[in-house]
Amino acid sequence: MSRIALGLGTALLAALPFLGLPGYFVHMALLILLWSFVYTGWSLMGRFGLVSLGHGAFLGIGAYVPALLWNYYELTPWVGIPIGVALAVAVALVIGYPSSRLRVVGHYFALVTLALSEVVRLGIVAARDVTGGSLGMTPRAEPSLYALQFDRTAFYFIALGTWLVGLAIWRAVDRGIGAKALDAISEDEVAAAAVGIDVTREKLRVTIISTAMTGFAGALLAQYLMYLNPETLAGVGVSLQIVFAAIAGGMYSLLGPTVGAVLTLTLGEALRVLFGTNFVGAANTIYGILLILFIIFMPRGIVGLIETRSRRRPDAAGSPAPAGSARG
Amino acid sequence: MDIFLVESIVNGILLGGVLALLALGLNLVFGVIDVVWIAYAELVMVGMYAIYWLHAFYGWPLLLACGVAILLVAIIGVLVHLLIIEPILDQPPINQLLATGGLLFFLQSFATLLFGTDFRNIGLKLPVLEIGDMFVSFARLLAFAIALIGAAGLYVFLRRTFIGTAIRAIAQDREIMGLMGVDARKIYLATSGIGGGLAGLAACLLVLQYDVHPFIGLSFGPITFMICVLGGLGNMIGGFLASFIIAQIISVGGFYAPVEFAYVLAFAFFIVLILIRPQGILAK
Repeated sequence: MSRIALGLGTALLAALPFLGLPGYFVHMALLILLWSFVYTGWSLMGRFGLVSLGHGAFLGIGAYVPALLWNYYELTPWVGIPIGVALAVAVALVIGYPSSRLRVVGHYFALVTLALSEVVRLGIVAARDVTGGSLGMTPRAEPSLYALQFDRTAFYFIALGTWLVGLAIWRAVDRGIGAKALDAISEDEVAAAAVGIDVTREKLRVTIISTAMTGFAGALLAQYLMYLNPETLAGVGVSLQIVFAAIAGGMYSLLGPTVGAVLTLTLGEALRVLFGTNFVGAANTIYGILLILFIIFMPRGIVGLIETRSRRRPDAAGSPAPAGSARG
Repeated sequence: MDIFLVESIVNGILLGGVLALLALGLNLVFGVIDVVWIAYAELVMVGMYAIYWLHAFYGWPLLLACGVAILLVAIIGVLVHLLIIEPILDQPPINQLLATGGLLFFLQSFATLLFGTDFRNIGLKLPVLEIGDMFVSFARLLAFAIALIGAAGLYVFLRRTFIGTAIRAIAQDREIMGLMGVDARKIYLATSGIGGGLAGLAACLLVLQYDVHPFIGLSFGPITFMICVLGGLGNMIGGFLASFIIAQIISVGGFYAPVEFAYVLAFAFFIVLILIRPQGILAK
């Protein structure tokens, strides 16, 4: 059933660029797919209580490193992107390993990663001679396979493929034995360690996956948009945006982060088109209120709520959903 | 020693006073309610806007405008607790942090919506003092003095009054205080109000030195959290000490390199230290 739905959905998405829609819609769908991938990556940590406010940092590293290598050393993104992703993961490990060993969890983990977001954003701004600072930078244009610069349709398929891979990764983690271990860790770390779970290894594995996805998406966003700005690709603002979308959609569900991306991006665009630029800030005002309401009333997000509802039906088999709380 | 270096050290000390005041309110709320108000700096921004409109636009006397701003932010602090924190008080602390993250988004964008992204200045020109060969801004000196007075006032309040004692007690042992007949809810509301009031006071001091704009919270918020964590969340003396350390790094770092690098240095210092001493600099 769900497999058929998935196949149909994918087919529909694959056909999208050929439906004769204005380019704008393809552009939006592409952005939604890429951001969904980021949110899905974040939720791999968030759902196990590793609430990171540092994903803006990984996105920024993933975006800037290949662009800088390309502009200054003419290194192809084919090499630059893996370097950027590796660097993002390395930074995550430098923070993640001691955090896990020293039990920096909950608030503390959130605030340490928040500081990381700022380090990367301010670092980019400070190195303005190289990165263009707050004005942003543009990768040198050279549409070719070598430069990984394509037209919109080609990029759309890259984004679609990336998104599908993201879902597959989410599913694999969800079904793996590691998910059980991580659930135990987020419930009670000491108890989990006592029954023989290697807490640090489990946490780092999911951290590596999550940050690698985020760094990779950062690179793709930069390659597609051909413009990098520290405010939109790094820093606390981006980190919070990631957290909000993932929570709103539902970080405990496969399609939750995707729904979060659809919701936030279309809401932002709709308000922008509807009210124009003299209504700057309207979208985020509404995001802010929604985020508060979501956490108070439905911490499992939209998809989580739908799932819980449908499971409550008497004919539905299987265990009831766990108590509706985002664990920290 | 280089006179400009001395000047940056002195300015660092003055900056430390303001940061200490910012950290104080956040630490109080954390220590008592076990909640991180991630929108704390945005509450400061609300206070700054209030002062700007009342003083620069409606022409109220500055002191009156400051008083009203402190009261206003104190009320908002109480509302934050009532509307956002209380419904999710029994959920994991990280949810409360994220919910106030929503408040951060809301306040920031609502300010953009109402006032635009213009930088606004209350238009008060305070003199620059010349001490020896050094130049020290009077506004900073004033802010430093008031920050210290505010901190001392809070100390006396917590030590000498009944409600202050109850606040300290509940920070030490949440469970037992209910048995002693203390209404935790009342204490939480009082704490939120005082925390908000301290944010309002910080707003009065910052508005003397900085322009108001919707994103000003982002330039103080992260650094304030860092200071609180560095001092040990809830540990006010630690927070006080950490403020001056961080302020020196920023100020002296800014003397040798661009100011953003000084901030990067401060954040990096924080990350390293917190991984060495996760319970804060004063932890045993």
